[in-house]
Parts: sequence; structure tokens; C-alpha cells
Amino acid sequence: MSTQSDTRYNYQTPEGVQLALSLAGPMVRGAAWLIDFVIRVICYLIAAFLLELFGGFGTGLMLIILFIIEWFYPVIFEVRNGMTPGKQAMGIRVVHDDGTPVFWSSSLLRNLIRSVDFFPFFNITGFVTMLLNSRFKRLGDLAAGTVVVYTREDDHQFSIPDYPAQPPPLPLKLDEQRLILDFCERADNLSTSRRHELATILVEFTEAKLPENGLLSYGNWFLKGKSNNESKPV
Amino acid sequence: MNQNQFEEAYQEHWQEFGRLLDELESKDTAKKTSGISLTEFPARYRKICNHYSLSQARHYRPALVDKLHDLVLRGHLQLYRKKTNIFWSIVHFIAVDFPRTLRKKAFFFWLSCLFFCVPGLIAGLAAHNDPVLIYTIMDEHQVADMESMYNPGNEKIGRSFERTEEDDLTMFGFYILNNISIGFRTFSGGIVFGIGSIFFLFFNGVMLGGVAGHLSHPPFSTTFWQFVCGHGSFELTAIVICGAAGLLLGYSLLVPGRYRRRDALRMTAPVALKLVMGGALMLVVAAFIEAFWSSSGFSANVKFSVAAVLWSMVALYLFLAGRRSRES
Repeated sequence: MSTQSDTRYNYQTPEGVQLALSLAGPMVRGAAWLIDFVIRVICYLIAAFLLELFGGFGTGLMLIILFIIEWFYPVIFEVRNGMTPGKQAMGIRVVHDDGTPVFWSSSLLRNLIRSVDFFPFFNITGFVTMLLNSRFKRLGDLAAGTVVVYTREDDHQFSIPDYPAQPPPLPLKLDEQRLILDFCERADNLSTSRRHELATILVEFTEAKLPENGLLSYGNWFLKGKSNNESKPV
Repeated sequence: MNQNQFEEAYQEHWQEFGRLLDELESKDTAKKTSGISLTEFPARYRKICNHYSLSQARHYRPALVDKLHDLVLRGHLQLYRKKTNIFWSIVHFIAVDFPRTLRKKAFFFWLSCLFFCVPGLIAGLAAHNDPVLIYTIMDEHQVADMESMYNPGNEKIGRSFERTEEDDLTMFGFYILNNISIGFRTFSGGIVFGIGSIFFLFFNGVMLGGVAGHLSHPPFSTTFWQFVCGHGSFELTAIVICGAAGLLLGYSLLVPGRYRRRDALRMTAPVALKLVMGGALMLVVAAFIEAFWSSSGFSANVKFSVAAVLWSMVALYLFLAGRRSRES
């Protein structure tokens, strides 16, 4: 399987199960940061505008709020559900290396060290660090032992043409099943002859005459099981 | 058991588990729809893990495997969630954990102290002996501002003529923002092999030392020292502690021992975090003293006596607190 080139990484839980986490790359994280940045600025401007009315007391409070927004804005959100509003918008979240939710300590660490990742401007240090390791970690992630992953690991729902379901003649591995599903998914976009041509590669495996129909029926079986007509949600 | 039998047999179990997860994931505690006791959660979770492994090993269809993986992932997030009583953990941290951690890492405290005090003393002595030297570390404006702040002609020291009482609160906010940010930066700079921490310690040492040396001449000397002596206890100690936390990070990268640098850093970082958070809390106290006590109109003798008490408090706290409490 293409574990070398994609950005999933596997973690084995104490229950002996392999969890696959899809790592979020610099671009999506940069976008999340930008959204958070805008929200932070807006929060601060609102606070500044309101507190301006209270004189010296207001100014003092404003400075404290600036301090909190500057250093603790991400922490406050991350310890609740692992995502700041920006991350939520981009569909990513912070978890520990082992896939567990972040604690106060790890969230504080990664966000205090953010000031180094930002250096000299616009997260350059963090960006370079992310490219230098295999899990897209910036310095804060390295210290805190955290990764940023997609919330639902590629929520890919195969949508394939309906066809009477039929199990394949021999059991197939997961990758092989996915391969056939990929074919079924693209089937509608292929010309009839191209579809036939591709399916013929597997002709020994399906019916000789119309191999593409054979593949479609296997695909339907992989996706919906025998009860194709009622297609209950799994 | 073939795939369909497998699905039919456990369908209900998966759906129940899904509902249980929905319930746990929603913050709304009143929403109890599944009617499943939480004590059943671990057992149910392990069962799902088992089903997931089976479905993978038996090459069941991808949609099913994906669905089970999703349930496992969500269950994992819920099962290994850590819930703590934030109030008591803060109390325990202040009373026991922070001073104890600092004592364990006393070497880094003294090292940090060295990086802070040596440049500070040298700059201080130099600025004391040569009144013009201050202009090499600050521009004329800053020097003039600073001198006007500690002018004995001020109604209240530590601020210029036009400042009023209300500004105490403004200054409190300013000290919080400025000083704690310095503390945090001194810490986080340590991840660059300690260089950042050393830089900030050195830089702040020279600045503060220079200013102190420059203002140790009449007419500023009494006003200056009576202003800074009190909050200095918490503030200077805290900056040194934040520096120590940064040096600890840097040290873990420079001398990782038998671990990979990455692992050494990850294991040391939580300890360093304790130090820097303790330092930040001390800086909050310092900001409070600086804004409301240091600028108050008490006589110099009172100020110096209180400062002596504050310094001993800091020393006693860091040296004694949490000694008796058992290791948790």
C-alpha cells in the first residue's frame, strides 16, 4: 500500500488496534491560523472599542485581554475539543501523538513555543520545521508531542452506479476491494470502450463478456452487502 | 461467519455504541438517549476494537471497515480523555508541584541566574561609573523618560508628572502584558538549543543593570531603589525561573543522553512548562505589587522593610514549600 507517499500515520492503541490518522499539512494549517488571526484581531478591536469608555480601568483591562488573546486564545479552545475556530473551519484538530485529546499541559506548551515558530515573521520557523519532519510538526508540536490531524479521517463516501450486488469468487484484500471501488466510482466518467478496456485487465477474475459489469456488481457488494435493495446504513 | 452474518449479529451493538459516542461528544449532559451506563463503555469499546480487527483481517468490505475504524477512533478519543479538577490542580501546583520542581532543577535556576546577573552587574557597575554609558544601550528619549519617572519632584514615584491614580490599573495591565510576555519568550527561545533564553536573559540583564547603575546617583537613587526593591523580589526571580525553563529545554536538546533529541525534548518539556507557568504566576504577583504598592506614597523605610519581607517570602516559598507533602 502507498504508505510512503500519503500523509497517514498509524498508531497502535493499547487494545491492539491500528488507528490511522490523516495528518494536516502546512497549507491547511496556515489557513486555519489565518482565520484565527482575523478572529483574534476582531475580538481585540471589539474589546478595545468597548473598554475605551472606562478610562484608566478600561485600558488596564484591555491590556490584560490583549495578553490573554495573544498567548492563550488557542489553548482555551484546544483543551475543550482540540480545535480553535480556525481549525474547526478547516476540519482539523490537535491530538497527542497517540491520538488522544490534548491536555492543558501539551496545549500550553505548543502554544507558548508558537512565539518561536512565528519567528521572524508569519510562522517561517514553524513552516520550515514542518517540512523537515515526517509528521508536519512545528517546534511546538515537537516539544508537546502533538500532531494536527483531520477530524474525520478522509470522510470518503464511495458513490457508485447501482448494480445487482454479487460477491467476488474469491476473498479480496482491503486494498484490492478499494481498487475495484475506485474503478466503479470513475465508471460513469469513462467512455464505454475505455471502461471495457480497463475492466478487461481483470477478465480472468470476472465474466468474460462484460467484465465491467462484473466489477460493478462486486463494487456494489463491497459497498452495500447483499441487501442491495434496501441499502441500510452500516 | 460470513460478512452478512457478522453485520447482522453486531449491527445493533455498533449503533448503540455510536449513540453512546454521540452522547459523550455533545456537551449537553441532559441529553441521555442511549440509556447505556458509562461503566459499560470500556467493555463495549474493546468489543468494537475486536470487531474492527476482525473485519480487517477477514478482508470485509471497505465501507464496513471504515465505519468500524471511525467508531474506534471516536471511542479512543473518549476513553483516553483526561478530566481533572482544575481548581485543585492549580492549588496543588502552587503549593507543592512548582517549588518542588524548581528545587529538582536548581542547577538550571542558578545557571539562568548567572546568565542574568553577571551581565546585569557588569552593565550596572559600568553605567554607575560612567554616566554617559547608558546612551549606548538606550536612546535619549528613553533615558529622559526614565529619569523623569524617578524624579524626586514627582508626586508619586515610578511615573511621570502627569500620571494619575487611575493609571495604577492601566499600569497593572501593562505589567501583565509586558512582563509575562517577556517571561514566555525567555522560555520558548530555549527550544533553539537554549540560545533564545540566553539572549533574553542577557539582554534583560544588561538593560535592567544599566538602568539601575545609571539611576544609583542622586537625585534618583532613593526614589529608584525604593520603587523597585519590593516587586523586584517576585519579578527578577520569576524572569530567572522562566530562563531556567528555557535552558532546560535547550539542555535536553544539547545533551539528550540515551534518547533521541526529539524524545528527550518531549520528556523534558512538561517539566520546563511547570517552571515557566510558576514563573508566570509570580509575575502576576509582581505586577500587582508594582502597580499598587511600589508607586504608593509610603516612606522609603517602610518600602525597604516590606521589600525585605517580600524577598524572604520568595526565598522561603521556593525553598520550603511542598517539602512535607508526599510524592504524588
